[in-house]
Amino acid sequence: MKSIQNIGLGLFLVGLTFFISLIFLGKYELSPTNFDKFVANKGIKSNLFINEIKANIVGQEFDGSFAFSSKVVNTLKSVNNIHKQNSEWDKVIWTKPHSFAYEIAKDSGKGIIKENKGVFWWLTFGLGIIGALLFIIPNVITLGPKGIKNNGIFLSSATNRGWIGWVVFIFLVGFYLLLYFWPDYIINWTYIVDPISENLSGNLASQWFLYGFLYCTVMTVMAIRMYIKYRHNKYQILRTTSVLFFQIVFAFLIPEILVRFEKPWYDFKNAFPLDYDFFFSWSLDELIASGGFGLFILIWGIVLTLMIVPVMVYFFGKRWYCSWVCGCGGLAETLGDPYRQLSNKSIKAWKLERWLVHGVLVFALIMTGFTLYAYFSGNQSVLGIKTQTIQDIYGFLIGAIFAGVIGTGFYPIFGNRVWCRFGCPLAAYLGIVQRFKSRFRITTNGGQCISCGNCSTYCEQGIDVRAYAQKGENIVRASCVGCGICSAVCPRGVLKLENGPESGRINPTEILLGNDIDLMKLINKK
Amino acid sequence: MEHIVILGNGISGVTLARHIRKLSDKKITIISAETEFFFSRTALMYVYMGHMKFEHTQPYEKNFWNKNRIELKKGYVTKVDSKNKYLLFKGGEVFPYDKLILAVGSKPNKFGWPGQDLEAVMGMYHKQDLDKLEKYAPNNKVCKRAVIVGGGLIGIELAEMLHSRHIPVTFLVRESSFWNGVLPEDESAMINREILSNGIDLRLSSNLKEIKADEKGKVKSVILEETGEEIACDVVGLTAGVSPNIDFLKDSGIELGRGIKVNRNLETNIKDVYAIGDCAEQIEAIDQRRSIEAVWYTGRMMGETLTQTICGNRTEYKPGHWFNSAKFFDIEYQTYGWVWSQTKENEARFYWEHADGMKCIHINYDKNTREFIGINTFGIRMRHEFFDKVLTEKRKVEYVLEYLADANFDPEFYKLHEKEIVEKFNSKNNTTILLKKKSWSRIFNLQA
Repeated sequence: MKSIQNIGLGLFLVGLTFFISLIFLGKYELSPTNFDKFVANKGIKSNLFINEIKANIVGQEFDGSFAFSSKVVNTLKSVNNIHKQNSEWDKVIWTKPHSFAYEIAKDSGKGIIKENKGVFWWLTFGLGIIGALLFIIPNVITLGPKGIKNNGIFLSSATNRGWIGWVVFIFLVGFYLLLYFWPDYIINWTYIVDPISENLSGNLASQWFLYGFLYCTVMTVMAIRMYIKYRHNKYQILRTTSVLFFQIVFAFLIPEILVRFEKPWYDFKNAFPLDYDFFFSWSLDELIASGGFGLFILIWGIVLTLMIVPVMVYFFGKRWYCSWVCGCGGLAETLGDPYRQLSNKSIKAWKLERWLVHGVLVFALIMTGFTLYAYFSGNQSVLGIKTQTIQDIYGFLIGAIFAGVIGTGFYPIFGNRVWCRFGCPLAAYLGIVQRFKSRFRITTNGGQCISCGNCSTYCEQGIDVRAYAQKGENIVRASCVGCGICSAVCPRGVLKLENGPESGRINPTEILLGNDIDLMKLINKK
Repeated sequence: MEHIVILGNGISGVTLARHIRKLSDKKITIISAETEFFFSRTALMYVYMGHMKFEHTQPYEKNFWNKNRIELKKGYVTKVDSKNKYLLFKGGEVFPYDKLILAVGSKPNKFGWPGQDLEAVMGMYHKQDLDKLEKYAPNNKVCKRAVIVGGGLIGIELAEMLHSRHIPVTFLVRESSFWNGVLPEDESAMINREILSNGIDLRLSSNLKEIKADEKGKVKSVILEETGEEIACDVVGLTAGVSPNIDFLKDSGIELGRGIKVNRNLETNIKDVYAIGDCAEQIEAIDQRRSIEAVWYTGRMMGETLTQTICGNRTEYKPGHWFNSAKFFDIEYQTYGWVWSQTKENEARFYWEHADGMKCIHINYDKNTREFIGINTFGIRMRHEFFDKVLTEKRKVEYVLEYLADANFDPEFYKLHEKEIVEKFNSKNNTTILLKKKSWSRIFNLQA
């Protein structure tokens, strides 16, 4: 078994090496016809730019995306500078340089990778998946009989912030930086998923399609790990199946198929304010432009946030969204599961959490207020602040850095729910409902707690579950996503996630069940 | 300001300190020689197994103690002078008190086996034992086999710990079946199977004769009493129960038996000296309880109770209905009320076991009055509130079965077995009990 796992690990690393090396490989040549098409599509008015590109790039072969992109980016920047100095505002190209370079480069790749997309898919994704499965599936035997097997988690450098953890951290952060800020360097990755994208939406793959496909792949493989690890626990199995389903069908397949039918790309489960650009003017314009269906999406999006979300939280707690439906939660509960024990349980972290997560919610709401005001009034700025600027700041700080780079990149260091706990505005909203108006709680089983700390250790949201359980109190916390792991790891059967009557849900106690009944009455009455 | 000195920073002493602080402004000092901060002794196993770090076993953050003005003092007390009301520390420091609470816990039993003090022979009780185990059994290269002597809760935990690092374990159990002084035959047999299925070399009806040393004075092997067999090993775990840690009190004037003798108010024979937790011995056992109960929950309850007395409301220790829990490898165990290993004269039993042999319940009731006496549940979690109320209201066994769905505490979506259990009860007893559907309002009322 161990040797199968080692072979699997080897294959996975070979696949990963291929994947990473793709960044540095490939040849790029922009053909005159492609460039003409590009200029026409983008409506580029700068002759200076067109001439520069024609003189220095078109028809020349570049080795690797770095050489090609840097040339495009530099040209763009210098031409833009000239136009800006001359106040030729209509000639300035406003697209972000690296996104712009991405679009040109996407058309320009040639050679072995672009001609053998299938082969390279197998060398990267294929080897990665097979290797990972060979590594994971023998766990059925190596973990021993079904049950909680957290053996060695704090003895392993992968799961206890050791060198493997730091390597994974660097890889993940690097990946997100490329994805968000330097997509022009990962063109080759998008080539290998082009065939899949063409089959779904009819278009070539963008970096976001690549991300979506990779996301689904990683979640599926790691969901298999979850199925094996928690095969004794039906709650975990159903929950994992649910997040996997919503990710693949709602976040990936349906939006791509909508595009095929020339409808707006839309993820029906992605609720505002997590879906922070839902009310941006381009989004509203797009929805309104696509007629009845667009209007349906618009109404659905509003109903989802204002009605469905709070009503469901009332009946089931925020878990129905955060750990059964949400894509961010889905990745956290699959890829992130090995890191859940790394969340910070201190009271300080809890304080920081409340400031940050509610701060982001307020930020999102103010931004949306400004945006809607601008949309309906026609003004570009509110109180002297350009709405575009606020949107850009939010998109950069919250959408990219917080949700992506920190949220996922920091899994191996801060645990798997950094974004969900500290950053997600939707989680903040759900949390407020859960804390004050919900039937959900984690029930503490009388006086059975032995303060061992497994529950707190494995709480991905950094809730000190034990602090409540050892006092015989139910756990009612805004941040609880109802993953159910505290209940699973409890060796004494103390914790149960329940949707019960609201009254008595919060039950502060001084003396626990099992002691003198008169004494309990005397003390707990106070 | 009255100075309350608590000797021992386990669950009993810490519960007491926390509650005194809530009710009063008294000066509180907790003394321990073992660790700087309170930790959950029951969780030590998870540290060795890599489920947690030692810090995770500490329920309170470091500044908790400052914030609550509970002073922590690390040191080893060698003598209590109850006449002059002071403690004497190793090294000579004299430490006065106004009220002294002894919450000194237990120590592992040793029964005079030859070789019991050799290197790499250890109990599994103190933080220091954990450190020792890490030293002598870090992996299965250094420790090629471990022998555990004594088949109780700590013994099986130690077996699970060593097993988690793939160290072969021989488990010597004096009884003919695991923990059968406490568990009825069926449950005990189930745990035997669980131990064996985890690859533990379980030796029932086996006693230790002696532990042999190598030339450096470290464990080399053990010899069995019955067969004379010699088993080579690198570590020996002595887990044949624990007893109160009271040797240092011999000349203190405090009345001692096996533990520190206390009355129902947890007072010793000496004024202003009290004892709680594992080390306290009730002069007369309470109800059907043992006079010394080395259980987490009773330690905590004594702490909760003694708080009242210390703060001026002299209160008897009146524990409620017996309950306990444990986990044997992958099988969780809870018990509410009494299910003795042997059926008593007035008792009748009902036993149900799942086809997979990993779950069972065992109900004990009075065969004449049909009053429910207790339940053992293995592999199915049940609500403490439910059984506490059933016992208080002296319900009949039929009532318990009828409302068994209310008792279930397994995670959502788990397969429920109540129907099958009730059917079996009906067919065994010619009854026609109809299982009631789980009702939130009933469960909720129970919690009121």
